[in-house]
Amino acid sequence: MQNNLFQDQKFRGILYQTLVVGFFALGLYFVINTTAYNLEKRNIATGFGFLNNPAGFDISFSPFLDFKSTDTHLKVYFVGVLNTLLVSFCGCIAATILGFIVGIIRLSSNWLLSRIAYIYVEFTRNTPLLLQIILWYAILIQLPRIKQAPQIWETFYISNRGLFGPKPIFLDGSNIVILSLILGCIISFFIARWAKKRQDTTGQQFPTFTTNLSIIVFLPLFVFFIMGSPITLEYPVLKGFNFKGGAVIRPEFIAMFLALSIYTAAFISETVRSGILSVTKGQREASGALGLKKNWIMRLIIIPQALRVIVPPLTSQYLNLTKNSSLGIAVGYADLVHGFGGISLNQTGQAIECMAITMATYLLISLTISFFMNIYNRSIQFKEK
Amino acid sequence: MKKLLSIFAVLAFAFSANAGTLDDVKNRGFLKCGVTTGLIGFAAPDDAGNWAGFDVDVCRAVAAAIFGDSSKVEFTTTTGKSRFPTLASGEIDMLARNTTWTLSRDVNLGFEFVGVNYYDGQGFMIPSALGVDDATGLDGATVCIQTGTTTELNLADFFRANGIGYEALPIETNDEARENLFAGRCDVYTTDASGLSATRAQADDPDKWVVLPNIISKEPLGPLVRHGDHQWGDVVRWSLNTMIIAEELGVSSSNVDESKGSNIPEVLRLLGVEGGYGEMLELSNDFAYNIIKQVGNYSESFDRNIGPDTPLGIGRNLNALWTDGGILYAPPFR
Repeated sequence: MQNNLFQDQKFRGILYQTLVVGFFALGLYFVINTTAYNLEKRNIATGFGFLNNPAGFDISFSPFLDFKSTDTHLKVYFVGVLNTLLVSFCGCIAATILGFIVGIIRLSSNWLLSRIAYIYVEFTRNTPLLLQIILWYAILIQLPRIKQAPQIWETFYISNRGLFGPKPIFLDGSNIVILSLILGCIISFFIARWAKKRQDTTGQQFPTFTTNLSIIVFLPLFVFFIMGSPITLEYPVLKGFNFKGGAVIRPEFIAMFLALSIYTAAFISETVRSGILSVTKGQREASGALGLKKNWIMRLIIIPQALRVIVPPLTSQYLNLTKNSSLGIAVGYADLVHGFGGISLNQTGQAIECMAITMATYLLISLTISFFMNIYNRSIQFKEK
Repeated sequence: MKKLLSIFAVLAFAFSANAGTLDDVKNRGFLKCGVTTGLIGFAAPDDAGNWAGFDVDVCRAVAAAIFGDSSKVEFTTTTGKSRFPTLASGEIDMLARNTTWTLSRDVNLGFEFVGVNYYDGQGFMIPSALGVDDATGLDGATVCIQTGTTTELNLADFFRANGIGYEALPIETNDEARENLFAGRCDVYTTDASGLSATRAQADDPDKWVVLPNIISKEPLGPLVRHGDHQWGDVVRWSLNTMIIAEELGVSSSNVDESKGSNIPEVLRLLGVEGGYGEMLELSNDFAYNIIKQVGNYSESFDRNIGPDTPLGIGRNLNALWTDGGILYAPPFR
């Protein structure tokens, strides 16, 4: 009887799987138990109470939240999350644009252009990202010192402490200007929908792009002057050690942004290239025979079909970029790992808690990106009618 | 990943920590000592690639005490951030890395500071061209700072107390901070005054840099070990004390052999001629002789590495013996 049972494939399968899960659970229990025991034995504090203690240190880069040294570690966490999201978001957009351009250039019939794109891809793809980040930072640090910062129209200043420029100051009535901008966008959206519907049914085209551009630009501009220019600019002025006022982009951010987007764009360009090559030659020839213009063929026939191949690997590139932003510590960019996973961890000594929170945050960000990219992926998949 | 590593490290420690650290070190045949990633005068490789410096000498003294051979040390470089996990996990036996003794490190992190080998305080270094002669004149300056240190907290406190603003630029290592300072990314570098002197000594033209007179904190720096292994803590503590006591008694590496015939009882006890003090520590009775012979006493180590005749040019000041107007003081050897 027992012999028979072990010869039963289904029973064996279940048995092995139960054993594997059992061993895994046991291992996990052992690890957690030992860690807790050792932490206890060595008098290392545990728990999440430290989140409400004042941080006691300052953060160099916090464009969204106003941070003081008397704020809590919890706020350090939020500043870090926002900085991580900022550089990841900007990086993803720039990497996508650059990746698409390079991917298309690599397929260009112009020998020189496609070679340049090839060299760029191979060079950036095959050197470590950390070195690229440090290289960009080393270059930016060699920009002129703050006292000798070259200026452009006394408005923009370039120095190794960042790029300084004017900052918009919103006075009374400025919210009406912003409302009109939002209104312009909504109107444009409906015009675009109407124009597409009309083209689908009647075949007539409508100059959507120029119409919408003028609505989005001129409507707020018109309101701006009617309201008596409620938005002014504040210019940076060199006072004492640093520029006061105005807006600034720090070299730490620029180095991270450049390195992340240029590095990831090399991978994206290969994805784009493979996507375009996956569209059969017949599609291109058929659309040419219909008399479509060359860039229309790319935009209307090739890219939509190529996207089906491009988007899934593109998602993983976005995830990579986001996770790679944790290298910010190499140049002192105040991201999540540097601030909360680094300085807070050090000052409180609660490594396991800080790392667990930091990892959970990356997991959450990554899953969110995947979620939206999967929705997008489904919307561009081939729909059988 | 880091979390996983730390868990493994804790596990590894759980298995390895059964025997006492002293026995582990004796069986292994060499001491594992954590030092900085390179701070001239305190811990840095010399021209021949051997580690040398004021903190390194503490490691060498412990090795001399255990093995009678100051070269039996393996040095591990640690950053301000990695030093505590490295020590806690048992990767190193002791840490001699200009580390400030604070309550939370002593209690919350589970370490034991065995003494103070350098009384320091946090200061500021700026280019002399800035023309600032007091730290309260630094309103709005960009300040480079090593992350994971007490200096980070002192800095915030100092500027808050004086009601002036600044921009912090937290950097991982002393080397990176120096690069940023020399390139002008920041106006000011703040760390312990001893570290500033070391950084200044590395500049192309040290005269272009000044260390401001303001000392904004107490930074007692000393070696530390893991909490709980008192026998091991005693060995490291008395290795350090031996160097200080030797200076008090005027015993140095050059006269240690003649001193064995001294008529001062404490010298005889120290050198193991009388009494069995080494055995109490489970060391040989001539452990102090070996330390003094091979590493030297406190003032020898000080003068060789960071004293007035070195590029750092640091005076004894607080670190002079209590009999010379300083606060350096070791319990009696008896």
